[in-house]
Amino acid sequence: MENNKKYLFDDPKNVKRLLNGFYVCCIVLLLLDFVIHRHTYHSWEELWGFYPLYGFVGCVVLVFVAKWMRTFLMRDEDYYDKLENPDIKPDNQVTKGDHNVDA
Amino acid sequence: MWMLEIPPFVPFFIGAVLAAVTRGPLRGAIMVLIPVLSAIHLWMVPEGIHLQFNFLGYELTPYRLDKLSVMFGYVFHIAAFLAIIYALHVKDTVQQVAAMMYAGSGLGAVFSGDLLTLFVFWELLAFTSVFLIWARRTERAYKAGMRYLIVQVLSGVILLVGTLFYQAEHGTLAFEFIGLNGIAGWLIFIAFGIKCAFPVAHNWLTDAYPEATVTGTVFLSAFTTKVAVYTLARGYPGTELLVYIGAAMACFPIFFAVIENDLRRVLAYSLINQVGFMVVGVGIGTALAINGAVSHAFNDVIFKGLLFMSMGAVLKMTGRINGSDLGGLYKTMPKTTVLCIVGAASISAFPLFSGFVSKSMVMTAALENGFDWIWLMLLFASAGVFHHAGIKIPYFAFFAHDSGLRASDPPTNMIIAMSIAAALCVGIGVYPAALYSLLPYDTGYNPYDATHILAQTQLLFFSALAFVWLNLKNLYPPELPSTNLDVDWTYRRLMPAIIKPTIVMISRVYAAAAGFISGGINWGINFLSEKNSKLNGMISSNHPAGSMVLWVVVILAAYLLLTFFK
Repeated sequence: MENNKKYLFDDPKNVKRLLNGFYVCCIVLLLLDFVIHRHTYHSWEELWGFYPLYGFVGCVVLVFVAKWMRTFLMRDEDYYDKLENPDIKPDNQVTKGDHNVDA
Repeated sequence: MWMLEIPPFVPFFIGAVLAAVTRGPLRGAIMVLIPVLSAIHLWMVPEGIHLQFNFLGYELTPYRLDKLSVMFGYVFHIAAFLAIIYALHVKDTVQQVAAMMYAGSGLGAVFSGDLLTLFVFWELLAFTSVFLIWARRTERAYKAGMRYLIVQVLSGVILLVGTLFYQAEHGTLAFEFIGLNGIAGWLIFIAFGIKCAFPVAHNWLTDAYPEATVTGTVFLSAFTTKVAVYTLARGYPGTELLVYIGAAMACFPIFFAVIENDLRRVLAYSLINQVGFMVVGVGIGTALAINGAVSHAFNDVIFKGLLFMSMGAVLKMTGRINGSDLGGLYKTMPKTTVLCIVGAASISAFPLFSGFVSKSMVMTAALENGFDWIWLMLLFASAGVFHHAGIKIPYFAFFAHDSGLRASDPPTNMIIAMSIAAALCVGIGVYPAALYSLLPYDTGYNPYDATHILAQTQLLFFSALAFVWLNLKNLYPPELPSTNLDVDWTYRRLMPAIIKPTIVMISRVYAAAAGFISGGINWGINFLSEKNSKLNGMISSNHPAGSMVLWVVVILAAYLLLTFFK
């Protein structure tokens, strides 16, 4: 199953282009805050850049907390299998797909 | 007009029987036709009570149709239709029959006008759906199915007890507003809550759904939790406690979703997150909030179904579903990739996609009713859902590093089902008026104003920016082959760990105590018998009863003789 075809994102330039386009979108959206007058329900919403900041900070906090949770929640993949089915080897559990390539 | 009296679950149960006895294309045709015909029938039925009778002195109403229940009726038909098409290639009769029964039970539950009928379908939902998990035919699936069944049946038993209390308290079984007063109210609330995956009671969902078959999970994701949302919206609208429960449901699963490796389990966590939005809407209870909850349930069935279908396609074609094994599949599965991204955009509530027109109703209602902190939590959850379901799912499955897997797009029937779902997601997003016209209340809500579009787009783009930044800085937690502990740890690890030694200890103490007591008794018996045998030795040990009698006879005879010599 050797496949040497070049795909869209195999070329780092395309990834770069996509990311640059994305950054431009972000900047435009931020600047739109000056142009569009919003009717707001809540005082926090009136802060400049509230939504972008909240989205960004929220997600960074989310990821860091989740990473920290790994320190005490993460176990081996077969953690429960070892407890519940000690005689079953993990590999038997994987249902192979129709186009499975492991051979 | 006898047609009116046929509740929608009947055609599905008939379909299950037909699916059991037919094979091949005929079965496929029957199974696809049933939701279509049943939906047309449902479309023509007016509101009202269409079936009611007395049973053992209870008035039962198996078919009641109003604006709230019919919304769920429609979306269950859509879900059944899509999932049946998605599963057309499946030759496993057990799965096909179970799926038809399960869809029918879901419809039966939402059209139940009384609590006893609801209980029957509540249990049927559990017993039919578990076969979709067991049909995976692995040891893991069997055990997960068992745990699932135990939790679901527990919920049913609590519902039954609550129903009996309700009958005693109110003298009726009619399923209307219940509210949290009295034992019945609380018991039924807990029963609904278990099925709705309230925090702590949520683990059956993330445990069992990812273990089900490729097609089974698509069915599972549509019915059980949405039935629970419907019952909460019917029985507990405006219950403030639900606002806080819902906010917790919206927030906590996203942390688990970020670190979870099994992508279908990520979706299971995000299912709880989306149900959280609905529960908040039910808890606020205003017209706008209920509309938001119901329409979000409607949309969620479709876009969550689409996401589960796309991940099912990945699992079917590659045999893998762990993020750590996947990546780069966009190269050979382009259609699945695009359809998955449509689902991801819908769940993330991008403008022009279905999530956008429903989720915001709940958020607006939260602000209007002074739940500021809840609104902030929901906003965080909106950013978070984009992060794990909107970006993580498509990114780790189809992009990220190239895993080397080269699987083709799935069979045509799966692609068709996903395409219809994607079309509905976009259709509802572009033209929400069609969905709004079906809603229980007319609120004149318009999602497409400049403020809302801008705010939501900013929120999403900057969440994505956070993802890009973390990824480029290598701060994003990599996908690792792992198990993350959740509440199920308490009953899969902790309780066995406590109960086993406890039982061993109890049996040891019992053995020791029994040994001591029986030793004492034995000693007593031995002591007495020893004394007794000494006594015996003196008087009677060597004198059998017969000889004693003889001697008595001799003595008496001597006595008789002596009387003659007087």
